[in-house]
Amino acid sequence: METTRLIIVAVGGQGNLLASKVLGEAALLAGVPVRMSEIHGMAQRGGVVESAMVFGDAQSSIISDGEADILLGFEPAETLRAIKRCNKNTRVITNTAPVPPFTVAAGLGTYPDVEEIKRLIQAKTAGLVAIDAMALAREAGSPMSVNIVLLGALIQTGTLGFDRDVVEEAIKRRVKPAFLDVNLKAFDMGFNAAANA
Amino acid sequence: MHKLLQDLPGEKIMLLGNEAIARGAVEAGVAFATTYPGTPSSEISLNLFQMSQESDLYFEYSTNEKVALEVAAAAANSGLRTFCMMKHVGLNVAADPLMTLAYVGVTAGMVILSADDPAMFSSQNEQDNRYYAKFGNLPMMEPSSVAEAKDMIKDAFELSESLKQPVLLRTTTRINHSNAFVTFGDIKPRNTKGRFERDPHRCVTVPAVSRGLHVKVLEKMKNAARLSDTSSYNFVQGQGPFGIITNGVSFYYAADAVKDLGLMDQAKILRLGFSNPLPRKMIADFLAECEKVLVVEEGEPFMEEAVKAIAQEQGITIPIKGKSEDLFTRLFEYDPAMVREKTAAFFNVPYTPKTSVDTSDVPEIPMRPPNLCSGCSHRATFYEVKQAAKDMDVICPNDIGCYTLGFLPPLSTGDFVICMGSSVSSSCGFSRATDQKVVSFVGDSTFFHSGITGLVNAVFNNHNFTLVILENDITAMTGHQPHPGVDMDRFGLSGYGRVNIEQLVRAVGVEHVSIIKPFKVQKSIDVIKEALAFKGVSVIISQEPCALYAKSLKLKKIRPFMVSDKCVDHRDCITTIACPSFYLDKDNRVAIDANTCVGCAVCAQICPENAIRPLKQ
Repeated sequence: METTRLIIVAVGGQGNLLASKVLGEAALLAGVPVRMSEIHGMAQRGGVVESAMVFGDAQSSIISDGEADILLGFEPAETLRAIKRCNKNTRVITNTAPVPPFTVAAGLGTYPDVEEIKRLIQAKTAGLVAIDAMALAREAGSPMSVNIVLLGALIQTGTLGFDRDVVEEAIKRRVKPAFLDVNLKAFDMGFNAAANA
Repeated sequence: MHKLLQDLPGEKIMLLGNEAIARGAVEAGVAFATTYPGTPSSEISLNLFQMSQESDLYFEYSTNEKVALEVAAAAANSGLRTFCMMKHVGLNVAADPLMTLAYVGVTAGMVILSADDPAMFSSQNEQDNRYYAKFGNLPMMEPSSVAEAKDMIKDAFELSESLKQPVLLRTTTRINHSNAFVTFGDIKPRNTKGRFERDPHRCVTVPAVSRGLHVKVLEKMKNAARLSDTSSYNFVQGQGPFGIITNGVSFYYAADAVKDLGLMDQAKILRLGFSNPLPRKMIADFLAECEKVLVVEEGEPFMEEAVKAIAQEQGITIPIKGKSEDLFTRLFEYDPAMVREKTAAFFNVPYTPKTSVDTSDVPEIPMRPPNLCSGCSHRATFYEVKQAAKDMDVICPNDIGCYTLGFLPPLSTGDFVICMGSSVSSSCGFSRATDQKVVSFVGDSTFFHSGITGLVNAVFNNHNFTLVILENDITAMTGHQPHPGVDMDRFGLSGYGRVNIEQLVRAVGVEHVSIIKPFKVQKSIDVIKEALAFKGVSVIISQEPCALYAKSLKLKKIRPFMVSDKCVDHRDCITTIACPSFYLDKDNRVAIDANTCVGCAVCAQICPENAIRPLKQ
């Protein structure tokens, strides 16, 4: 079985650990071996949270620089910061809605222009899908569903080889019933947005 | 029912490594568990804590790792299967009981887990605790995956029971914090009531007894060595003249490298999972079948030096390499590409690495460092101490916890941090060695852990400094665990005592004790100034619950604040306290995010324009 390496980067609180658990569940349903590793701990204190997911036959659970097949970014500047994890064949999916780090307000840095972020990623990799996942999440009914919007976009690209109904089933298993409808809607909106991106 | 208590053998479930370890302990019939929380081990104990509330498993958060190990040592000598877990530096705290418990041994299975942290994702050093096993004569096991960790702990209990010796289970962050599918096994019934049989010639370590015990512990380790040589956790995979010896997560990096480099028929791997004592015969046999051998291990050359010694004894002269300038480093963690590249280089096989994209034209991206939370009381306390001490030449020893982040600008408070409790004791030294004013900071949980002894020392030796105890009613950094000063009613639990910090500090003999409520800014500054003026040991207790914890318990009604049009945009608020709820709006003016502001009102009190006021709701 081919190995597919996915890196998810997000800001603490954006729900990337749930997103990776949903993908793990989908892998089980699809019969694909998966290992995943995450770095958290400082997440609640506004830091960056990164998950690595290795699908297929490889046995390692982390991903070296330059070796991600897919980069899924929940925040545009964090997607660009993680670009060293990519090579020229990497597919990138990113949210375009910024969550500026506090250092910008404190005058210790300038937030890069989002159009420039998109241009740079597009030029360096095998393709970029950029959607305003925050706007879609709000439209779906909750800004908290931004993670599932992005999963929808990821699945639409076909890079993981999972059918959408498998992932929807995984969402049903992993998301609390009270939030299920919003999240299924969010998934659908992300899926459709990526098709038109 | 807690998901890890489910009696569903054969069920496949996705678990975090730490959950898998907790489940493995339950399957092993563990009856007694102790800890002091520390990343990356914390979720093991959190799950055991939760399970203890709905089963007859005994679990306690002990005041520190030494206490945890001593409590556990008694249970394991009363016939109960006992599990004691901690982060790697915690084992330093517990090293005193560890070294002699190894002499005394146990009457029921005892596993001590050390969660090492290569690359220091959340630690102050990356010490390699495998040396504790060798140093202390403890059998050691090391898993390579989440699923293996669950099964290995069960065998570690069996091993401990057969040798009557505690067993060290050593993990690394990439085991603790990886997720994988794990298959539930049967849950062995727990024996929860023990009995201690007096055995003073084993359990009372006066010199005459200990001389005999040292002889016995070496005999036990001889038996352990025989078991290591036949353990299924030590195995050879693959075939060929090239050899790789590896352990832990590096095993899978090496296995992937062999496959990726097309060395399946040329290289074999010896994976060591029962790694103290090392399986000397197995290693000797492996070396005898190899033309050259690469040792792949994160951290120190623990296996490499032993393997070289075995080769010398056997008269084997093949090249054996691991750590060197051109191969592996002793620094940080390894990754698959690094192991692939070094494997190719050592065995002289062609390899073209995948190249990362060129990042030379990527603009500098603003840093996103971790920050004290919105409404964190530590921020207020640091600000107030800075204000009170602004004309003084101050040294601020700090300690281990969220508040370590106080060293970052603009608070810039925190000058010396080495280990848990060091704020208090190092203040003793700084105040004697210099004429500078010393103001140190310690969290409540850390104070109970190892700050108290430093404070007793300060009173006895009559040192001169001010200690600020940050009492936020919880162990915040590791995920809101209780400590001896916590009101356990908040956890919905009864039957606990509670230690009052103020009474404790006064009982120690501190003459100048004051209490501040840090969200009352000017009043706090005035009180701090008084404490700083006192010659001798003064203690300030800053009382305010952790903002995150208070939010999760809905302890307070949250009233967010806003910036009004009185703001003249000098940004004193941002540049002095740097609360993450501030942001710049589309007109580049200071604004407050009402979703994250918890209404501590500290910024409102320091704004010279009085421009910050409650948001009307």
